[in-house]
Amino acid sequence: MSEANASATRITPGNALRPEDIALLDTKPSDAVAQYALWLGDDALILAQRLGWWISRAPELEEDVALANIALDQIGHARSFLTYAGRAWDKTEDDLAYFRREPEFRSVHLVEQPNGDFARTIARQFVVALYQWELYSRLVGSSDPTLAAIAAKAVKEVDYHRDHSIQWILRLAQGTDESRRRMIAGLKLTWPYVEELFTDYPLVDELGDAGVRPSTLREPFDAAVRAILVEAELEPPEVPGSVGGGRLGRHSEHLGYIIAELQVLAREYPGASW
Amino acid sequence: MTTTAIDAGSRANHDDAGEQQFNELIAQDSRIEPRDWMPADYRKSLTRQISQHAHSEIIGMQPEANWITRAPSLKRKAVLMAKVQDEAGHGLYLYSAAETLGTPRDKMTEDLIAGKARYSSIFNYPVLTWADIGAIGWLVDGAAICNQVPLCRASYGPYGRAMVRICKEESFHQRQGFEILLELANGTPEQRAMAQDAVNRWYAPSLMMFGPPDEDSPNSQQSMLWNIKRFSNDELRSRFVGMMVEQVRALGLELPNKEVRFNEETGRWEHGPLDWNEFKEVLAGRGPCNAQRMERRREAHEEGAWVREAAAAYAEKQALKHAQAA
Repeated sequence: MSEANASATRITPGNALRPEDIALLDTKPSDAVAQYALWLGDDALILAQRLGWWISRAPELEEDVALANIALDQIGHARSFLTYAGRAWDKTEDDLAYFRREPEFRSVHLVEQPNGDFARTIARQFVVALYQWELYSRLVGSSDPTLAAIAAKAVKEVDYHRDHSIQWILRLAQGTDESRRRMIAGLKLTWPYVEELFTDYPLVDELGDAGVRPSTLREPFDAAVRAILVEAELEPPEVPGSVGGGRLGRHSEHLGYIIAELQVLAREYPGASW
Repeated sequence: MTTTAIDAGSRANHDDAGEQQFNELIAQDSRIEPRDWMPADYRKSLTRQISQHAHSEIIGMQPEANWITRAPSLKRKAVLMAKVQDEAGHGLYLYSAAETLGTPRDKMTEDLIAGKARYSSIFNYPVLTWADIGAIGWLVDGAAICNQVPLCRASYGPYGRAMVRICKEESFHQRQGFEILLELANGTPEQRAMAQDAVNRWYAPSLMMFGPPDEDSPNSQQSMLWNIKRFSNDELRSRFVGMMVEQVRALGLELPNKEVRFNEETGRWEHGPLDWNEFKEVLAGRGPCNAQRMERRREAHEEGAWVREAAAAYAEKQALKHAQAA
């Protein structure tokens, strides 16, 4: 089998795609596609970093396992997207994760938000999972075969994240008075950061059929959210949307602390391999 | 496990036929299953051992979870997350195995949080550098494997079966620890020094994981008669030292104890004296991290109470709804 055929086999949607395979691809993404891969990779990376905190602190052992699983899936998606983005600039996933500065990150404010209590984490998970599911289920049709293949793997995993968060929204909303109060508060704290997910920044115009236009996801996202909130007997929070700016490198105050912790060891020993 | 089965077990405490069957099963090296008659002390001793083991998995998540956010590469971060997740899974299998002996998981958790139950002392040492993550995998998980492989043949069925799966995962954990140290040992001089420092600090505590010397281990003998424990503490410790001697060479690092040698006459590996006073101090709660580990577990448990209550209330409401619909 020639090397080109081997690459083609590696990135068919049916195959489990590993970041190590993406690093070996012959093709390089365009600068625009690489920038777009940073958007998605950084969202997944920062979310995984947040979720990782819960492991050993969850309300029940089963939830330590579940949140660790979600964090692991997200770190897997981050590795694939960042590896692919890095192909454009001869950088590795770790160069991008550990040696970029805060304004060079492209994550949305939503994933940077603090964990808060379990209800706030679930509210953030609910929004992210429903958004990522709508996104990845369309990105599988991307004209870029690597993005399509990453999305094909991710969408199956995010489907479980969706189920996990929905089950908890229902339980917390209809469990006890306290859990309902906390669930409502968690949603309210999360909602200002929903709007940014659906903003079409100029990069989107350069992507053609390789990416998914964020504004097109708003309607199906809203419909899916509405259905669950109705079932949980909750109202969508009425709070003003935050202006965002993560895709342009303008972040929340939280990101600096997140990447300080993420990068500390790698930056203490520059050039070292681990 | 139903309450009926537990009641039947205690009612039948003086069941001669049951006792005879138990003794026969032990003599044949067969398995005791949850519904079989068993001596009260066998049940008690196993409940203590399995729940301590479960608690060790759960407390043991903390020192390693401490490095998840700082892992120096994304691959290492993913591997470490998966490892700590496995430990939560091991805790779950073990609590389930202990529950088959009649003690509910909630009770075991309460005992841990109240400071009534023990967990492995090794987790009361601090995890100070990234190399410690390697040393824990290599030495601590390595010692755990030496201890646990014979437990796969423990006479109590649910325990033995849980251990089979746990040992498979532990061997992955040990390999990842070895791999971390190997990478560091072949890295920059600072990384190499970090690796040697971690091995120096974790060597003695991991040898003490096998428990006190045979002459000071009062519970061991009964446990061996019941086919729960198969080898003595000192036998297992000696076997472990032999494995480490081989592997530390492959790492290009050194064991901190210069008195390690193979005794041709006894066929056993010997090592220099261990500080059993330190062991007792840590066991008594005066280790560097005892208070911190307990506080973190208590905090997670207490702060999660409202979530568990909500889940229970929701399940009850759903059950009622289904009953009314039927």
